[in-house]
Formats: sequence, structure tokens, C-alpha cells
Amino acid sequence: MALEQPPKKQIPTSKRIKRIAIALAVLAMYIWTFVSIDIDFARVIERASANFSRVLPRLFSPNWDMAGEVVEMMIETIFIAYVGSLAAAILAIPLGFLAAHNITNSKILTTIGKWILSAVRAFPEIILAILFVVVVGPTPFAGILAIAIGSTGMLGKLYSEVLESIDMNIVEAMKANGSNGLQIMFHGIFPQIIPEFLSYAIYRFEVDVRASTILGYVGAGGIGTMIFFAQSSRNWSDMGMILLVIIVVVTIIDYTSSYIRKRIV
Amino acid sequence: MKKMVKQMNKPSIQEDRYAPMLSPWRVKGKITLIFFLIIGLLFFSSLQTGVDLQALISGLSNMNQIIVKLFPPDPGIINLAMDRLIETIHMAIIASTFATIIVIPVSLLAARNLATNLFVYNITRFILNILRTIPDVVLAVIFVGLFGIGVFGGIVALFVFSLGILAKLISETVESIDMDSFEAMRASGASSVQAIAFAVVPQVLPQFTSFSLYVFEINIRASVVIGLVGAGGIGNLLMQQFSFYNYDAVMMIILIIFAVVVVIEYISGKIREAVI
Repeated sequence: MALEQPPKKQIPTSKRIKRIAIALAVLAMYIWTFVSIDIDFARVIERASANFSRVLPRLFSPNWDMAGEVVEMMIETIFIAYVGSLAAAILAIPLGFLAAHNITNSKILTTIGKWILSAVRAFPEIILAILFVVVVGPTPFAGILAIAIGSTGMLGKLYSEVLESIDMNIVEAMKANGSNGLQIMFHGIFPQIIPEFLSYAIYRFEVDVRASTILGYVGAGGIGTMIFFAQSSRNWSDMGMILLVIIVVVTIIDYTSSYIRKRIV
Repeated sequence: MKKMVKQMNKPSIQEDRYAPMLSPWRVKGKITLIFFLIIGLLFFSSLQTGVDLQALISGLSNMNQIIVKLFPPDPGIINLAMDRLIETIHMAIIASTFATIIVIPVSLLAARNLATNLFVYNITRFILNILRTIPDVVLAVIFVGLFGIGVFGGIVALFVFSLGILAKLISETVESIDMDSFEAMRASGASSVQAIAFAVVPQVLPQFTSFSLYVFEINIRASVVIGLVGAGGIGNLLMQQFSFYNYDAVMMIILIIFAVVVVIEYISGKIREAVI
């Protein structure tokens, strides 16, 4: 006895055509990718077979003599991330307010704010670092500026999302009672946003520590400088030490920051 | 009486003795302490890293010199840059594709509600946590060291990097699903593969698509960056021009990267909105 099947769902033709078109587009993209990508597998295999036994054992036997120097540079990296993300946490506040539509009440200002933020976000930190190395020279300060500007984009966006989700009834009630702009700001808006703002700023610090480990590669200070030297001299046991320090420090900072964030929110 | 009227006319929190204070002194003291700690740490780290606002100001006042250095962007590099850009996009596509395929078993292993073996679950979690702490560029340095300079090392680095992010996002999604349907299917005799396919997959599919696109976005940006260490693509060209002090070309490449990142983020944002 044949089991009675439930009726099949009807899919309209237009939807079906759309799906087929999307599938074809994706397929075309993959064909284009795999046809035009240029990988010399013979060379890759040759290099890999020569390198695996040379690189990996040394990567996993870190050079402990370097430990002091590496830790020192890592501390500099943390300082860069700290100053950079603190500056960003402050710079992002006005931009966040500008990009929140319920605060500005103007479509033009909000759009301008959103455009500024997404324009800033589009630059990877290391490219900002290159620009700032040109402007202020190869110092940790260039790294700080890169982190500060790079984080402002993301933080401003997160801030504006927090602002857009606040309870506007309080603000309206205060306005109806005759409070002026500053009073509304300090007693109506700030108490609602401070925990989230702080939590995002701390989260951003976490991200920035990771991001600033590579800034030194273009001369903007921190542990990246050592990565550059270890790579160019093919000193894999130094690289192992650097990697170990980065993993340990980033893990500690991640745990501390998520503990603090849980306490705040 | 007079005093009362005065108070009624001036309703402010400070004068109302009966309102409970929102921040007692203990909290205030703590907040002040934290504030000074933050400021102190700021000064200390500024000193350590040699923050030099004068350098910034003189750097900015030399802006015309810098503008001469960076502008006009050299249009001669566009053809070469476009070739390399396509290579970068290809690297991102391949790495994201393989990451989204491999992440399926990995995220099932790293989801607490589906893990049958706690040992395997903990090991997977531990490896993924370690993986996520390594910056993308460091991964690229290692894989370029292993596979030689070129695209392949870059693709492997991107793959490992995006696998770490994607596995965390997706295993968290799997952990947040409604387990009732899964248990009902198991109870009525479905195998675990069947139960996953019909009870878990439909619940996580929209997020899965959205996160995959998000990782593709991240990969585009990361593949620019890892090119700097010799992993192919447009980043490689950028580093080359940067080390030749060829700032006109550097600026042109930066503008191209900027445009591509904006366009791809826009498209992927639109698709993600449509999916969820």
C-alpha cells in the first residue's frame, strides 16, 4: 500500500528562474576562480616536502633565550593597543551619535555619519599603519594612530546601534518636562548606554591587541617588528617563541576582558 | 511652608532628601579609582610608546608634502593592480569555500548539545581557541614559510584563519537551537545523521549562509593584508611599492582596495539581509 504523501509545495516559476540564475552565477564564479587561479602544485609540493621537516620542529621548539625581548615587545604591543583603543572609544562617541537616526532626527546627518564610519572601516589596520608611517615616521606612535582610526569605524557603528536601541520614551518625557539638550544627554541617554559602550570598548581592545601584533611588520612598532626579522632571517625557533607569547597573552586578555564585560552588562 | 513651596518650584534630585541616591559613595569611589587607573595607564603607555603629538601635528602640517608624496595616485599601476586584485579575490573565494565545507563537521564536534564524547568536544574547543588567537598575518608567515612564496600558502593561511572564526560562530548557533525536534527524531528511530540533517540543518541554515558570507568579507580584507608577507595577491604588490618608496602607486593601490572592500561589503550585506 502506497503511503499517502503530503502535497508538494508549489514554487512559482519566477522564483524558480531566480534560483536557477543564482546557481548559474555561483557556478560561473567557481569556474572562473579555479580556471584562472595560478598555483604551481609541483613547486608547492617540492617546497613543502623540503620545509616541513625543517620548519615545523623548530617552530615547536621556541627559542627561550629570546623570551625576555619578546615579552618586552609584546608589552609595547599592548600599550599601542591600549592607547589606540582608548582614543577610538572616545573618538567614536560623536560619530556614533551622528550616525544614530533617533538622535539626529535628520536623514542627511545620519547618512553622512554612516558613510564616514563605513569608509573608515574599509581600511584594514595595516594599511592605515602604512599611511601613518609615511606621515609620522616609523614609530609606535604610527601604530597607535592606525589602531585609533581603524577602531573608530567599528566602534562608531556599534555605538550607533546601541543608541538606536535605547528607550526613547525617557528622552521624550524629559523633553516634555522642559529639560534642555545637555540634561537629556546626561540623565536620559548616558545611563542607558554606558554599560554597552564600555563593554564594546573593552571588546575592541581585545581585537586591537590582536591587530597590533602585526603593525610592526610595516614599521609601526610592537611585536610585528620581530615577526618581520624572524621571517626575513628564517629563524623559525624565534618565530615559535613569538607565536607562543602572542597566544598566551591574547588568551589571557580575552578571558579577562570577557570576565569584565560579563560584570558590566 | 515657604520652604516647601520653594522646593516644589525647584524640583531637583539633589535637594530631595528622600530620594535614594543612585550612586552611594562606595560605588563612586570605585568608579573614580578605576577612572584614575585608566588615565594613569594611558599616560604610562603613552610614555612607553613615545606618543608624540608634536610629530602628529608637524606631520599633519607637512600635509602638503605628504600629499605630494601620495598624490596624484599613479594610474600606471592600475592594470597590474587589477590582475593582483583578481588573484586576491580568488584566494578569498577558495579559502572561504573550503572553510565553509570543513566547518560543518568541526562545528558539530564543537557544539556542546550534540557532542557525545566530552573529550573530543574539549579538544576541538581547545584547538579552535588557540587557532583564533593567532593573527592572520602570523599564519600567513608560517604557511608561506612552509609552502613557499605565492598564492597557495596564502590560501591555506586564510582557510585556517576563517575556519577558526566560522567554527566558533556556527557551533554557537548550533548550541542555541531548539533540541526538541532532534530528540523527537532520535526517539522515533532516526539515526543521528538523519536527525542532524532534518532537525539541526534547517534551523541553522540561514545563519550558516549569513556567517559564510561574513567570513568571505573578512577574507577579502585579510587576503589584502596577508599579501604583505608574501602570500600573493594585491597586498604583495602594495608591500613591493611601499618598500620602493613608490608612494604614488601605494596610494593608487590603497584606493583600489578601498573601493573593492566597500563594494563587496555592500553586496554581501544585501545578500545577508535577504537571507535572514
